[in-house]
Amino acid sequence: MKYVTTFIALLLVYLLLAGFVWSEVILGSIVSVVLTMILVKRLNFKIDAKFPIKLLKFLFVYIPVFVWKLILANIDVARRVLSPKIPLNPGIVKVKTELKGDLGKLTLANSITLTPGTLSIDVEDDYIFVHAIDVKGKTEVENQANISGPFEKILGGIFE
Amino acid sequence: MEIASYVFLIIGGLFFLLGGLGVLRMPDTFNRIQAGTKATTLGAFSTMIGVGFAAAASGNWDWISKVIIIIIFIVISNPVGSSAIAKATYNSKNIPDNLVQDDLKSRGESK
Repeated sequence: MKYVTTFIALLLVYLLLAGFVWSEVILGSIVSVVLTMILVKRLNFKIDAKFPIKLLKFLFVYIPVFVWKLILANIDVARRVLSPKIPLNPGIVKVKTELKGDLGKLTLANSITLTPGTLSIDVEDDYIFVHAIDVKGKTEVENQANISGPFEKILGGIFE
Repeated sequence: MEIASYVFLIIGGLFFLLGGLGVLRMPDTFNRIQAGTKATTLGAFSTMIGVGFAAAASGNWDWISKVIIIIIFIVISNPVGSSAIAKATYNSKNIPDNLVQDDLKSRGESK
């Protein structure tokens, strides 16, 4: 099962980049088989029955929210950059996460980096260290609700 | 289709410009990384979509799929790179003195 998934993912990337021609399909299959043999020991993910639902959730719930936040972040950056005196109140805060898997933590950290005014610096155990342009909350819980709240909920349903 | 591609290209260029301005104007490393990462991610996003539309307008529809793959890789790798730079900055003790709060100082004590 793991072999098949890895193979399909690799072949899909190859074909999307190279175009759907028969000679490319054959060459892509050979390359994908070799790469699957090399990579499969180092990959660790599980495919279960809920995978299609998770994928749909990822595509239609997470990605629109993410793109919207990315646009908001850019408007925020534009506002700060163009104002004569840059409004700043920077600090490094600690945010606790409920996600356990590495992939979930990576996605959460990337989402935090691309949302308005925050940049994730380091991950340690259950904590993500976040640099914020404007520290609003006084306590850890408030910061957590401001920074990772919206994504934590969505990603909790998708990753472990 | 062609008009849409021009609109996306102009928006992308605008965000690249803002990102460059941000890197120039922000006072310390972390804020510069912030401005740089966000603006260039959306700038690349928008420019790539514009390129895809421009190619589609002249009949090359398979460019859309290539552009999507490129966007996915940019969106994954850009924040990872910026985090690596930020962590290296912190570890090299090059910390700006305007931080109102610094939780990283107590790293490792929570265990």
